[in-house]
Amino acid sequence: MIGGLDSKIPSGPLAQKWTQHKDHARLVSPNNRRKFEIIVVGSGLAGGSAAATLGELGYNVKCFCYQDSPRRAHSIAAQGGINAAKNYQNDGDSVFRLFYDTIKGGDFRAREANVYRLAEVSNLIIDQCVEQGVPFAREYGGLLANRSFGGAQVSRTFYARGQTGQQLLLGAYQALCRQIAAGTVEMFPQTEMLDLVLVDGHAKGIITRSLVTGKIEAHAGDAVVLATGGYGNVFYLSTNARGCNVTATYRAYKKGALFANPCYTQIHPTCIPVSGTHQSKLTLMSESLRNDGRVWVPKKPGDKRPPKQIPEDERDYYLERKYPSFGNLAPRDISSRSAKEVCDEGRGVGESGRGVYLDFADAIARLGEKTIHERYGNLFHIYEKITGENAYERPMRIYPAVHYTMGGLWVDYNLMSNVPGLHVIGEANFSDHGANRLGASALMQGLADGYFVLPYTLPVYLAPQIGKRPSPDHPEFRKAEGEVRARTEKLLAINGKRSVDSFHRELGLLLWDKCGMARNAAGLREAIGRIPGLREEFWRDVRVPGDGEEFNQSLERGGRVADFLEFAELMCTDALTRDESCGGHFREEHQTPDGEALRDDENFADVFAWEYQGNGSVAAPKLHREPLVFETVQLTQRNYK
Amino acid sequence: MNFKLKVWRQKDPKTKGKLVAYEATDVSPNMSFLEMLDVVNERLVARGEEPIAFDSDCREGICGTCSLTINGEAHGPDHPGAACEVYMRRFKDSATIVVEPFRAKPFPLIKDLVVDRGALDRIVQAGGFISARAGSAPEANSTLVPKHEADRAMEAAACIGCGACAAACPNASAMLFTAAKVSHLAFLPQGQPERTSRVLKMVTAMDAEGFGNCTNTYECEAVCPAQISASLIAKLNREYAIASLRRNAGE
Repeated sequence: MIGGLDSKIPSGPLAQKWTQHKDHARLVSPNNRRKFEIIVVGSGLAGGSAAATLGELGYNVKCFCYQDSPRRAHSIAAQGGINAAKNYQNDGDSVFRLFYDTIKGGDFRAREANVYRLAEVSNLIIDQCVEQGVPFAREYGGLLANRSFGGAQVSRTFYARGQTGQQLLLGAYQALCRQIAAGTVEMFPQTEMLDLVLVDGHAKGIITRSLVTGKIEAHAGDAVVLATGGYGNVFYLSTNARGCNVTATYRAYKKGALFANPCYTQIHPTCIPVSGTHQSKLTLMSESLRNDGRVWVPKKPGDKRPPKQIPEDERDYYLERKYPSFGNLAPRDISSRSAKEVCDEGRGVGESGRGVYLDFADAIARLGEKTIHERYGNLFHIYEKITGENAYERPMRIYPAVHYTMGGLWVDYNLMSNVPGLHVIGEANFSDHGANRLGASALMQGLADGYFVLPYTLPVYLAPQIGKRPSPDHPEFRKAEGEVRARTEKLLAINGKRSVDSFHRELGLLLWDKCGMARNAAGLREAIGRIPGLREEFWRDVRVPGDGEEFNQSLERGGRVADFLEFAELMCTDALTRDESCGGHFREEHQTPDGEALRDDENFADVFAWEYQGNGSVAAPKLHREPLVFETVQLTQRNYK
Repeated sequence: MNFKLKVWRQKDPKTKGKLVAYEATDVSPNMSFLEMLDVVNERLVARGEEPIAFDSDCREGICGTCSLTINGEAHGPDHPGAACEVYMRRFKDSATIVVEPFRAKPFPLIKDLVVDRGALDRIVQAGGFISARAGSAPEANSTLVPKHEADRAMEAAACIGCGACAAACPNASAMLFTAAKVSHLAFLPQGQPERTSRVLKMVTAMDAEGFGNCTNTYECEAVCPAQISASLIAKLNREYAIASLRRNAGE
């Protein structure tokens, strides 16, 4: 046990831990697997691949998603690529380097053992996806092609045009479809998990609501796997899909699962800037664009000339200037903060002044428009649709936006939370990216967890659980079902004056201002002071039209926003308590003389895992700390110069 | 900008639906079409009326959730692109805009502008995959795939599964959707072992769902947000013919 939390990291040398763990882990024999029912919530890269693989192994799986098809999970929107340590480019890559880059990119706030395992299985993922028919980019000789991504000095990113997430998800979806047809997986689309059910302290089921009919149902299982993604939509505006939400993980938190590092949010540097108050979401322009695009702003504040009229010597290619060895491929947190800095200095571009140029003129001159079109055609197309501007002719305008959340439910090495039976995979857990995720690592982690980790670690929990699945008529299910029903009715009965979205927008603006790219104690205290008032007003004055027994999108959103209004406070509390800067968590009080994040390893080389204190009280959760033990890497200040 | 909307409202599959007129005032040309509907809905909620139900998720044209027929065109006027990628600057000020759901018999209506496209999932479940168990794959570079073939597979694989092809087709045919998946997997060496059975099963499932046949109107290609080429339908027909011959020959 470490600090009260047992991370169950195997002993032995780093490179041997996973192999030795697999060699000695408990198994469930083929003819016993069909006796287990596994509940998987979410059908993205993590949930889809896990459900398919567990089905292949012979378990009975029930898979739930809020979308109308598992193929629409938000993993589909990932653009740039997936990392693997294949070293196909002969440029010095290795499992160790991928591990090291990921640990360093995360600003030394992730577990060594988890990250090493991730790097180790990365190669299997590429093999698996190619075999499924994922049409990765190829070289003329028929070999797989690679490109570079932020935070690495090797080319290890595999990609399928600018639609890598789509193609990987379709691979997982097709594997899932195969299992649905085989009868091992039962799929429940348009079905939202609204509570977790614990029986004798073990996660043994969930309560769901059909988004089509409004029917509330209990599902019992031998284990529950949450693969419900991140909580970026707490900011209202983010690159997440509209439906992404924190409800499943937050409900699990309220049932006793620890929420780890909620303040670690990733602000992606290359998104299309906000254009008005009506905006409903932000659109990412893949980081892969930074392979060929150069980021710049005018040297002079307030320079409103069109970009082409600004001569070369009056441009500041600030990433190349500040980080010569990584240049435009500096990690995301660093690139984002640099963009904020130059805009704060009044050198931002576009109408709002919150934007920087991403310029392809040099690349087009060097490679030709055709090559640029081949590499990024769909991204240029999306950009033109949204802004009405042609990026082949004038530089793109970009600005950072909330994109990914590194925090999530606490899990041990087996990807099980502190609640026995509750497993958490993909973006929904906290384990692999530390305080900042490197590009092309989210797809890697989602698929690693689903295809190659959980199938080995789930039996560790399951083996002794045979025959212990409760009936969905167990009193705990009846009780949880009653609570879900009561909450739904309460939302519908308020009948106030303000829409759900108006509360969500207000919360989002507050968080972006106080808990966004830069944070400080005074601002965080102010946010923590204001959120309860907003929450109270929500429960007094929100208007959720329609009723519960039907397709009701206002009701769906109402429930999700109610959870965001509680979760936001936890996020700010974590950000306030973590009195250091690290990765995406930039506390203004803690920076180096040249404005880089200044860690405090003495006091904060820990995972912060928060425990809900019950009785409906949001404030003052209990903090558990898991010290991060670094046996292999030396903690250094990240240097991308 | 100001617009007159005529929106299909239908409480549930059993109730009769109709077009209802709404005013969309003070619209910014930089709003997306869906953001314009968001604003209309906010105002409906403020007046105590039920908002218009419509589907969307990623709002960047990749998830395939949005499914609006705008002025009679699946996904509206801005091809290639999904309805979520249509911006108000595409419309003339004070125009009348008619908004309806995707209409095709195999897509039963759920509410207002929302339809059930589960039929497309069932076509894939019938065989739109390569049976490759996790853990069993050989080294990724052990099978070479010529760039040309990989590119063709990618073009077919880009389908977002929105169903606009079937909604736009006078026969409600899902041939373009099915052709895209059959072709994607047929172009790749990994897809060869199941090539024959795959196309037979998928076409059988497509027919069983009630989708019609292709009569070469090319409406599907015109509205496809992923620019899937209708020439793949010809490929599907060839794949199907060869597979049928093989089956009949007892192979």
